[in-house]
Amino acid sequence: MGRARGSGEVPVRVVARGFGVRHASRRAWALSGVDLVVEPGERILLTGASGAGKSTLLAALAGILDPQNAELTGELTVDGGPPQTGRNRLGMLAQDPDSHLVMSRAGDDVAFGLENAGFPTAAIWPRVDEALAAVGFPYGRDRPTQALSGGEKQRLVLAGALARGPGLLLLDEPTAQLDPAGAALVRAAVARSTADRRATVLVVDHDAAPWLPLVDRVVEVVPGGLVEHPPGWRPVDRTAGLRLPPGADGPVLLAAEGAGYTYRGSPRAALAPVTARVTGGRALAVTGPNGAGKSTLALLLAGLRAPSTGRVHASDALADGVRRHVREPHRWRAGELVSRIGTVFQQPEQQFLTGRLRDELALGPLRSGEHAAAARATADELLERLGLVPFAEANPYTLSGGQQRRLSVATALATSPRVLVLDEPTFGQDAATWREVVTLLAEQRSRGCGLAVVTHDVDLLDVLADDRLAL
Amino acid sequence: MADSAVRSSSTAIEPQPAPVRWRTVDIVITAVLGVAFGVVFWAWNLAFGVLAAPLAFFPPLAAILNGVYLMPGIVAGLLVRKAGAAIFASTLAAAVSLLLGSPYGGIIVVYGLVQGLGGELGFLLTRYRHFGWGTAVLAGVTAGLSTSLLDLNLYYPVSQDYPFWAFTLPYTVFTVISSVLLAGVVGLLLVRALARTGALSSFAAGRTRV
Amino acid sequence: MTTSLALGPAPDVRLARINPVAQLAAMTLVTLVVLTSLDVVTPAVVVAAELCLLPAAGLTRAGDLWRRTWPLLFGATSVGVVNVVLSPDAALVTGLGLGLRVIGLALPGVLLVASTDPVRLADALTIHCRVPTRVAYGALAALRLVPLLTAEFESIRLARRTRGVEGRTPVAAVRLLAGVGFALLVGALRRGSRLATAMDARGFDSGIARTNARGSALHARDAVFVVGTALVCAAGITLSVVLGTWAPIFVG
Repeated sequence: MGRARGSGEVPVRVVARGFGVRHASRRAWALSGVDLVVEPGERILLTGASGAGKSTLLAALAGILDPQNAELTGELTVDGGPPQTGRNRLGMLAQDPDSHLVMSRAGDDVAFGLENAGFPTAAIWPRVDEALAAVGFPYGRDRPTQALSGGEKQRLVLAGALARGPGLLLLDEPTAQLDPAGAALVRAAVARSTADRRATVLVVDHDAAPWLPLVDRVVEVVPGGLVEHPPGWRPVDRTAGLRLPPGADGPVLLAAEGAGYTYRGSPRAALAPVTARVTGGRALAVTGPNGAGKSTLALLLAGLRAPSTGRVHASDALADGVRRHVREPHRWRAGELVSRIGTVFQQPEQQFLTGRLRDELALGPLRSGEHAAAARATADELLERLGLVPFAEANPYTLSGGQQRRLSVATALATSPRVLVLDEPTFGQDAATWREVVTLLAEQRSRGCGLAVVTHDVDLLDVLADDRLAL
Repeated sequence: MADSAVRSSSTAIEPQPAPVRWRTVDIVITAVLGVAFGVVFWAWNLAFGVLAAPLAFFPPLAAILNGVYLMPGIVAGLLVRKAGAAIFASTLAAAVSLLLGSPYGGIIVVYGLVQGLGGELGFLLTRYRHFGWGTAVLAGVTAGLSTSLLDLNLYYPVSQDYPFWAFTLPYTVFTVISSVLLAGVVGLLLVRALARTGALSSFAAGRTRV
Repeated sequence: MTTSLALGPAPDVRLARINPVAQLAAMTLVTLVVLTSLDVVTPAVVVAAELCLLPAAGLTRAGDLWRRTWPLLFGATSVGVVNVVLSPDAALVTGLGLGLRVIGLALPGVLLVASTDPVRLADALTIHCRVPTRVAYGALAALRLVPLLTAEFESIRLARRTRGVEGRTPVAAVRLLAGVGFALLVGALRRGSRLATAMDARGFDSGIARTNARGSALHARDAVFVVGTALVCAAGITLSVVLGTWAPIFVG
């Protein structure tokens, strides 16, 4: 990296003693009893379950907790001063790179942080080029950020942070939304660009294993404080001891025959023609690299888009009761679709429609023609089963990521569909939520439901996939 | 727990911060509202052409559709609660509709500015202290008046050929009604619905339960 | 949809070499002159000059031109017709003048958008017009969300269908649209809050005077452009006065 300016070229020391944070709207402390010393240049992994307060600790270190919104206790210092004063020596990465990119061109975005620091114009572009090279960014400065993949965007965000020569680099689940290949490239870029130990690095991730070669120490955030893991520690395998109900052999419910899809105005097919079968009591896993059309296939199977070539058709059993015996799911009315094929999207919040959890779960049954009382009973039962009863009156948007994921699966189950189509149902989940979601899916399979799961998740493939389709 | 050896404790949950200093989140969220309503404007411009066609021969009736253009200023004022938020959001919304292609051309930015000033006046009159129904309706009235003034002078100079009560008055009244209903009432309902989703947690509007 | 046009890198057209600030100055000048003229001749001269600039903005293909101007042509026609029909001394030429006036007002916007990148506009405004940098770049950051919103629109609409909601009747369609719009807004506000945090983490509110990596230079050609615009306006008014058609408003 450029050495033009002194500030931020020296790694910082972080000290926390009895530190805690409470959010304005909550009664419980989000984080408490944190004692931690991070020496300059150290690389630390902070792990722990969803909601343990990992991200809150990172936000506090970054000095970006809104004082109007959070109450602090104890002591937290960066190089002996309050974190707010360390802002200019800070670099940050979070889950969603789209909310970290400011400008519409790659080079401009890296330059943004340098402009803010008051770098003279002439000094900016050489540093931008250096930073882009350091993260292995494969395009030029003029590349529109819109045209980048998730992994490329995340590396661009890293370049934007590195260009400022940060003394403290905070990475908040930077690979949670990336496919395995993209995630590996981001980790490699972090490793390469921090190899000179000019920055103290704190990584937050509930998936500890891939970071282990990169970090010096692993600290777990638990209720009431931190636990430091000994050297050589390995995380518990999330599939360990998992006993899933077996599948059953049922009839073919839904089939795609030579089904392909091309977006209007696009020269290239988003999905080359494929043949696939969703069978009752079995789980079909759809795998393949990014851009192969996995999610597009999910949309076709879910009856959300009409195939441009070939066809997708339901069996007689699945199409039973549909008006005029239409067999193609994309021609079904929404009310007919919802009781036959349940779909879970990658982003759960896109599927929320109401202001209360209970209404959210009752909505599908109501739409498929159930009576209000029956729909309400279904909703209550699901709330109970998924441990969401305390939130029955809460707004779905206010749930944590893991809770939202469980809710979106639950809404799909509420109408007891015979087919479930799921797009990356375990994306970015901690071990506990992961096991809950997998168990829930296996239960559906054992009662004869046919599953189609689009996934990159190797563990999920191991424990659940009966049939595989590689695109 | 909170009272154990506290060295750097900042318990700052104040009722209402001064409306002057803008945090980055205030700027960005106001801009997001401006951009979002710019897209709404773009769509409404097209819909306006269709909806207004049957009403075109009595322009005061078409004025009933004007309220949508006054929404960004009032929503931003109610949500961000900072002096200037209405002007910023309204002007940006107009500029974005221009970027997307507007039948009104560059003058639309002047409209955005004037409509924002109109809404801002309502918040100024309540001194940025109250953000309930009274303020929403008042800002709706002032915003409606501001846009009527421009419309009558720029787009319907023919109104001067008619008696005041036959054109100017009904045009203004319909615009104000539309503004109060769509921008004031719907605007406040929108802000409250947004608050319930937890998306406004960094704003006073997202914390106070009314 | 034209959103990609709004955010793409600066198109390499001749008009793009004029600084956005000079374009804005010219636009203001034209707006003032056209607004205050209620005759036919002045807007006709201005519109003729604007049409001459279309090739310089890269708008030569009829399809492109139509896509960018049809709402404006529609608006111009309706304003012309309404004012002719409602006017007691209904003169066709008055209607024509008012229609041309709308076109004269709107075309500079079309030209500006076709030839200017928002980033260059923000650079020019902060450097030459002292627009506060936090406001200008805050707006720019929000603008980057537009293409994300358009992509999310479709997936939220499909997500509604999976929940049994679709717009078969007009009422259902309006409710669906409102629901999708609300979900989009919630997403945009959440993302906006995170974006603000990210910008602060990169020193956006550090209080240090911000520099500009791209800069924005004013050249002689920018002055020529503004003076040329002034000359065209003056020519239009002169011609109008000579022909005895000049009818300014806000005067007398």
